[in-house]
Amino acid sequence: MSLAPHSQEVRHFHPRVRSALDNPQIRSNFRNAMDGLMSKRQNAFNGWDLESLRDLGAAVRLRALSRLPELLEQLEDNCSRQGIRVHWAETGEQACEIIRDICKARDARTVIKGKSMVSEEMELNHFLEAEGIEALESDLGEYIVQLAKETPSHIIMPAIHKNTAEISELMHDRTGTERSHDVAYLTAAARQQLREKFMKADVGISGVNFAVAQTGTLCLVENEGNGRLTTTVPPCHIAVTGIEKVVEHLEDVTPLLALLTRSATGQHVTTYVNMISGPRKADEFDGPEEVHLVLVDSGRSSIYQDQELMDTLRCIRCGACMNHCPVYTRVGGHAYGTTYPGPIGKILMPHLMGLENTQDLPSASTLCGACGEVCPVRIPIPKLLQRLRKESVDGDSLRPSVVRGHGVKRNWKERLAWNGFRWLFRNPRRYRLFGSLLTRFRWFTPSQVGPWTRYRTSPKPAAKTLHQMMNERTRGGAR
Amino acid sequence: MTAARTAILQRLRAGRGNQPLSPPASDFSVVRDRDWTTAEKLERFETMITSVNGEVHRVAEDRWVDHLWALMAAKGLTNLLASPETSVGREAWTRQRESGPRLRAYDSPIDDWKPELFNNVDAALTGCRGAIAETGSLILWPTVQEPRLMSLVPPVHFVVLGADQIYATFYQALAEQGWADLGMPANALLISGPSKTADIEQTLAYGVHGPRELVVLILE
Amino acid sequence: MTDPIKLYPAKPEKVYFFATCLVDLFYPDAGMAGIQLLEREGIEVLFPQGQTCCGQPAFSSGFNDQARDVVIPQLELFPGDYPIVVPAGSCGGMMRKHYPELFAGTPWQDKAENLAARTWELTDFLLNVCHIRLEDQGEPVKVAMHTSCSARREMGVAEVGPRLLGQLGQVELVEQARPAECCGFGGTFAVRHPEISEAMVADKTEALVAAGAETVVATDCGCMMNIAGYAEKNRRPLKGQHIVSFLWERTCGHGGEGKA
Ligand code: SF4
Repeated sequence: MSLAPHSQEVRHFHPRVRSALDNPQIRSNFRNAMDGLMSKRQNAFNGWDLESLRDLGAAVRLRALSRLPELLEQLEDNCSRQGIRVHWAETGEQACEIIRDICKARDARTVIKGKSMVSEEMELNHFLEAEGIEALESDLGEYIVQLAKETPSHIIMPAIHKNTAEISELMHDRTGTERSHDVAYLTAAARQQLREKFMKADVGISGVNFAVAQTGTLCLVENEGNGRLTTTVPPCHIAVTGIEKVVEHLEDVTPLLALLTRSATGQHVTTYVNMISGPRKADEFDGPEEVHLVLVDSGRSSIYQDQELMDTLRCIRCGACMNHCPVYTRVGGHAYGTTYPGPIGKILMPHLMGLENTQDLPSASTLCGACGEVCPVRIPIPKLLQRLRKESVDGDSLRPSVVRGHGVKRNWKERLAWNGFRWLFRNPRRYRLFGSLLTRFRWFTPSQVGPWTRYRTSPKPAAKTLHQMMNERTRGGAR
Repeated sequence: MTAARTAILQRLRAGRGNQPLSPPASDFSVVRDRDWTTAEKLERFETMITSVNGEVHRVAEDRWVDHLWALMAAKGLTNLLASPETSVGREAWTRQRESGPRLRAYDSPIDDWKPELFNNVDAALTGCRGAIAETGSLILWPTVQEPRLMSLVPPVHFVVLGADQIYATFYQALAEQGWADLGMPANALLISGPSKTADIEQTLAYGVHGPRELVVLILE
Repeated sequence: MTDPIKLYPAKPEKVYFFATCLVDLFYPDAGMAGIQLLEREGIEVLFPQGQTCCGQPAFSSGFNDQARDVVIPQLELFPGDYPIVVPAGSCGGMMRKHYPELFAGTPWQDKAENLAARTWELTDFLLNVCHIRLEDQGEPVKVAMHTSCSARREMGVAEVGPRLLGQLGQVELVEQARPAECCGFGGTFAVRHPEISEAMVADKTEALVAAGAETVVATDCGCMMNIAGYAEKNRRPLKGQHIVSFLWERTCGHGGEGKA
């Protein structure tokens, strides 16, 4: 796996959280952005029967997953027939190698990229650069992140952690753009810088939002037009996608599109929905001569082995779960140290990287359920988090753990604590005795109880438990 | 990488094993059924596309070319990429004026004139295959006569749309035009407004990589 | 896939009361207020002395074995076909939503499902089953409502608290910013990730103070303990009270019960 640099980072969750929380700029950038995104989403679904739409979205994704191997074969057949060359990669590294080989065969020196989270996942840019191929991001947010030598902090809005002033400074440093707080000016400058690159690029690499098996069509959803340029101007286009992105029929795209853009940014639709079903035809004047589709597994087929965890594969990468997550809003995307941050990251990354590398993620949630409430395809995120917590401690002997790295959080102290909990609460008489001792010695309970009282006072036990009160009532003859 | 293919498919089939999944039925009514009249669809289309900075002009069928010339003059556009072979483009070509914008055709492969297209073309004119009222989207299937980059590279894109060509929803457009049965073209597009971004602090900016302006001429 | 629609039963003669360990040990007045409100509605309240904890702390930490062992003896405590009423969305959610999961495929599955189907969050039960009418006897006061995340999302009672408070003439319910956002309690989360928890409860407390509330009325003692505990430690002008204590106090003239 080519995930090593990340996995190092994930272990340092707590320090990164601390530094994010202490950074007022990060705090306000995320808070403002998330507030805006939440209200836009809400407005965008006005007048919709949202629950039926989510039912349909989930049903469509489930149907696709239920026939996943067949649909992948069908997609491959139809794509091949239409001239799209299909490649399969078991790991991210294999996918990188496939892409490198395509580039080398064309003597490609420069690659222009549209937004693709899968390519982030497999760290394609690093890989290509090590092979002497320049890979340039063209989505404005990704471009900014690349200039800063960072990784995206959000799957839809990669540069959401930066404000205008920071971006202006960065573009000045790296590209000589004049400093300005005028967003239109900065945008125009980036357009100019990137247009040159588009004209010269030998290969364009993009992601895929939905791959339609029935018609061999790759759907790409975007606002800027960089995705269309990437897939149209260079003579070779490589689309790279996780194997789970396939849907069965063309009409299956309609609810997913309606859900995706509204959930992500509160748009009724993005500026462009780009549907690609083949390379340039003999008599056509533009479009790439070659189109490749790289299907990446990278842990997905293992998730598929488990009916409960498989729900993760329904994800359409809208980011709504992050936008609504109170933890993500506080700590931002980089604190997670994973390609996909936020709730979806917490349920997906343990499969891609192993629980041993994502130790603190499953527990970093209050299980408040805001993510599950907005997920357009009804992924039961809180339930999956609970499942991963259980896997982390091997906590269910009836249903043995299966996720890679399970049991990583098992330790005798915590086990002892929960065994103590069991010992106390499974026996009502013991519990009542405990209650009466607690009330009798209520003034002796400690006022410092670990991290809790660092920020709060701790409550005192009551003078009498409800058990005692009710017992007295019964004995006193009152009802 | 056929080994990878075999391994992936095998794992997927093994995973599903003896517990076949039975997904619930897909009820599309929520994205399909809208009982809008033609006038309502037109109204809705216009509201939606203007809400994302698209520009709409309703014009009489026999007057649209004059209107186009007037718009171009007002916007200071001096040349126009248009096909001499499509019905829309032909009208522009036949009715071009001495003093008006210079017309040019996309008549050779992009590889031959990339810098010219990227740097010197002011605007492009295309037709479309209809529109979608619900989202304010134009449907384009680029063709040999009207290639993909016409709707993408020039800073201004003019589109001619018949008032009776508007479908209520994407679902209806797909179904009524029979896309799946026709077979999909190499490239099909929904275009809803000019190119935009909000990647810098959630602030909208138009014309980031594609056209800065999208102008729809609706023929009534 | 949508949650099944809740079908409220007719008002029963008797109910079981499941207090939850937090109410039992720390906020028994809230439990007593709940019981008295039910009794005032003419319902006989059965309080099984064998009850302890719903098992949620272990369950949400991933220790399903321990959770199951705590729950199993308690599955026998509610033999009659009466509703089980719980003064907490989070423990109610555990019983209603998670018991069936926890016991799926075990010999206790049927019992767990039966119990789950009979479990109701107390305020929901008062409003929608008892159709309670409240008459305010207190002084004018400004309060804000905090509905716990499980009350809101697992038990679906977001509207209930405000509607009950709306029946009280002298009570002004103020609206805080982001009412649906979690307060940062999350059970063991507050101890495993204290820094994030603090950031959340700080924002929540400030939003409540900014709204002008003197008291935050909560569906769950966990959230109340978190918010009021933060306010006290940081000297913010905000008290916490469980909603049923508040309702009982407002409609009976008793003061000061169940306050944190
Ligand atoms: S998990 Fe759901 S909400 Fe989160 S990104 Fe995926 S589809 Fe969107």
